[in-house]
Amino acid sequence: MSTPTDVIRLPSPQPRLAAIGRIRFRDYPVIPLTILAIIAFVAIFANQLAPHNPEVGILSARFKPPFWLHGGSTEYLLGTDQLGRDVLSRLLFGARISLVVGFTAVIFAGAVGTFLGILSGYLGGWVDQVVMRITDTWLALPALTFAIFLAAIVGPSMWNIVIILGITYWTRYARVIRGEVLSLKEREFVRLAIVAGCSKRTIMRRHILPNVINSAVVLGSLMLGVVIIAEATLSFLGVGVPPPQPAWGLMLSDGKQGLMVGYWWLTVFPGIGIMLLVLSANLLGDWLRVKFDPQLRQL
Amino acid sequence: MPPAPLLELDKLSTYYISAQGARIVRAVDEVSFHLDAGKTLGIVGESGSGKSTLALTLLRVLPPAARIVGGRMLLDGEDLVTKSDAEMREIRGKRIAMILQDPMASLNPLFTIGNQVAEPIQVHEGERRKTAWERARALLKAVRIPSPEARVRQYPHEMSGGMRQRIVGAIGISCEPRLLIADEPTTSLDLTIQAQYLNLLRELQREHGLALIFITHNLGIVAKMCDQLAVMYAGRVVESGPVSRVFNAPAHPYTKALLNSIPRIADSDQRLVAIDGQPPDLSSLPPGCAFAPRCRQAMPRCRAEVPPPFAPEAGRVARCWLAEPMAVADDFRVASGIV
Amino acid sequence: MSDYATTQTGHDPRLALPPPGAAAWSGAVGWLLRFLHQPMSRFIIKRSGYALLSLFLLSLTIFFFVRVTGDPAALLVEPGASPGDVAAIHHQFGLDRPLWVQYWLFMVSLAHGDLGQSFYYQTPVMGLYLSRLPYSIELAAAAMLFSLLIGIPAGILAAVHVGRFWDQFGKLFTLLGLSMPAFWIGLLMILLFSVYLGWLPSSGAGTPWHIIMPAFALGWYFAAAHMRLTRSSMLEVLGSEYIKLARLKGLPQTLVIAKHAFKNALIPVLTLAGINLVLMVNVAIVVEYVFAWPGIGRLLYEGIAFRDFPVVQGVVILGGAMIVLVNLVIDILYAVIDPRIRLGN
Repeated sequence: MSTPTDVIRLPSPQPRLAAIGRIRFRDYPVIPLTILAIIAFVAIFANQLAPHNPEVGILSARFKPPFWLHGGSTEYLLGTDQLGRDVLSRLLFGARISLVVGFTAVIFAGAVGTFLGILSGYLGGWVDQVVMRITDTWLALPALTFAIFLAAIVGPSMWNIVIILGITYWTRYARVIRGEVLSLKEREFVRLAIVAGCSKRTIMRRHILPNVINSAVVLGSLMLGVVIIAEATLSFLGVGVPPPQPAWGLMLSDGKQGLMVGYWWLTVFPGIGIMLLVLSANLLGDWLRVKFDPQLRQL
Repeated sequence: MPPAPLLELDKLSTYYISAQGARIVRAVDEVSFHLDAGKTLGIVGESGSGKSTLALTLLRVLPPAARIVGGRMLLDGEDLVTKSDAEMREIRGKRIAMILQDPMASLNPLFTIGNQVAEPIQVHEGERRKTAWERARALLKAVRIPSPEARVRQYPHEMSGGMRQRIVGAIGISCEPRLLIADEPTTSLDLTIQAQYLNLLRELQREHGLALIFITHNLGIVAKMCDQLAVMYAGRVVESGPVSRVFNAPAHPYTKALLNSIPRIADSDQRLVAIDGQPPDLSSLPPGCAFAPRCRQAMPRCRAEVPPPFAPEAGRVARCWLAEPMAVADDFRVASGIV
Repeated sequence: MSDYATTQTGHDPRLALPPPGAAAWSGAVGWLLRFLHQPMSRFIIKRSGYALLSLFLLSLTIFFFVRVTGDPAALLVEPGASPGDVAAIHHQFGLDRPLWVQYWLFMVSLAHGDLGQSFYYQTPVMGLYLSRLPYSIELAAAAMLFSLLIGIPAGILAAVHVGRFWDQFGKLFTLLGLSMPAFWIGLLMILLFSVYLGWLPSSGAGTPWHIIMPAFALGWYFAAAHMRLTRSSMLEVLGSEYIKLARLKGLPQTLVIAKHAFKNALIPVLTLAGINLVLMVNVAIVVEYVFAWPGIGRLLYEGIAFRDFPVVQGVVILGGAMIVLVNLVIDILYAVIDPRIRLGN
């Protein structure tokens, strides 16, 4: 016989807990913002922070383990790779690449997707049909595979990757934004604007756009993690950011060489970097989603 | 001495407690009434008056934030508040059954009608599938659903709203309960179907000796179906008694206002009378009578002290200082002639 | 007005009759007309139409992108060829003909299943693809099974014990699973299980031991996604009216969850699983590469690494086509299972 959980006997003093400090803490996404801040800091000041040149190594110093292991030295804190390049320095500069590619691609995809979403949702008719057909087809194709395909054709370079990722992921935005625009169209203030004689372009720019920016930002934060993993995957496969740039995915690819002989530091550290970055992007995205747009909770 | 009532509530209170005790909503506050076997009680109130929470409390299916904080609920003399979870499960569906408001949402879309009607029979009475389904068919017939043999294999979305509500009713009476609680059972039905449904409930009540509790905001239904009436406001019962007496001579200003606000065809040139003000915020009730801010007859005392239940006549209760001169009673039961 | 006559289609015999004219046609034509009027058939035809459109656009996209990003001859020619060879390629593949002619030829050969010949393997691409396909299917099935077997129970546990230990644990699991790239998990597993412990083989296929790590690495992300969705779906179901009624009927908690809640909660999860099966293709590429698993993904990688363009193009086209077809089948299956879908949303 279990004790019933829905019955209590008052009076029992219900202390008013000092909820103030707690609520403040819980109101902001402290952990992801901190991690992101650290990574951003590191990326910006990589030139000052990195002890060595990330792209050039000394062959005689290859495959050194981290400093706390036998054979390591404090000169190369996290060890070196197969070309004698310092892992720590490469990590720091790699952060820059991940962040730049990630944010740029997300903004690019977001801009294109939002633009087409607004056009398609507001103008309706054949514009809507065309854009939606394209979007559906695009979404039917495996995104990453297509990105790999494109990257293989055009050849590896950082900006190529940004463009390719933007092209691959804009459809996610278009769908969601279009849905929002469709419901916005029915709202009073839009109707008022129409009645007042505003041109379609004006309405889209001044009334619709500001109201969908929220969703676009939330979606962007959710896509950030996806894009970063996509870039890492492309670099890992050799069709992303080209060597000798220290993209984290590329570091993992190099690390594969030393894996079977147990040179674990080449695999573990870049992976941790990717994981932390994606983790904070995801946490931030979740927080934004709950805070800004309850409708997007379905995402 | 008259037989003991089937159901008796004695100062029952249910509060919603949130934010580590910082916020308390008195959804049900010291509610007392009684109901005899075979009779019908109507519980009337605005939304937010606590009537639905009261129904959930009776069956102890409260949401996680709600707690019963005091009082007793006696079913045939047994206090349901002290029952364990296992004992309550025995009671639910078997001795007390409940019908919810929206029949489409109450029925599981993935299972057949027969499955859902036979289920309580299988669980409570241990019947085998075959016999349970036979009884399910008989039940569908009893609630006047044509071709029950075919219906039994169909799914909820294939039925109309009226039929679904009858099915929910069939589920309710499947294990021959003593008490059936109907929470706004006709709100989602078309007007033409409401009357049919209410008649059905009345017939079932006669045939099975059921006691009925009707939770509604519709005074017309109360007038038609109920013997007794309890009016709730801000979680408290502000007036109760036999329907005809309360309707003819309401003792509480809120009851009076409710009765006044019903439009009458004969007075078609009169303005509609609404009740001034807003429903109260249950988490921060004013001291004194909860209706005082909206009451035309409020006295200074009303704003200061919560009126206890008075008995303006035998068998009636009103929580209003205006009723004080007529009778003073500490114990509701003594004043209403029971015991 | 009777409220008994308004049942939905499918069970009302009057609605299954063909419209008046069709009855006059005899034999096959009549049957065809009647068939076309069933809601299910209409649904299939409509969906198939969309699928065909997708395939068409897919071929157009691939064709377009290859041509617009540079001289296709550079891709079609084997590495280390002379200008004369390049010119010959131009002529051989009709690259000097007008664009629409090229596209037409492209589609014709596609229709024949001719996707060219692999430079590296010197065998037709189609044959190569088909020989590798079973391995990819095997891996995808294993990974999906793993993700459902872990994800669904974990999600149910988290929902039933919401706010308590299992839920917190589940949240952590989700967080990690969605943040760790699959190939990194694979590399770490190799490090642990092959290099340090020596328990599992790190590459190739052949024995059941070979599939464990790749399936795990591939399925991990999806297990987290499925767990999250199961949890929220279950929570939503547990708050629904019919669950409330089930409790009001006095049913024991286990019955309420296992019978009433489970099936309903599972619907969106299975939908997601179907979609994810298709997404798995993406991640499988890199997992197959890490574990040298001889599937389609690895074939694509080989094509890229060896600059074997026919293989690359072939894999993408065939892969895309397969996905479109799988989506179509899933859509139709759903309509079969859930009558509410085919009767028109």
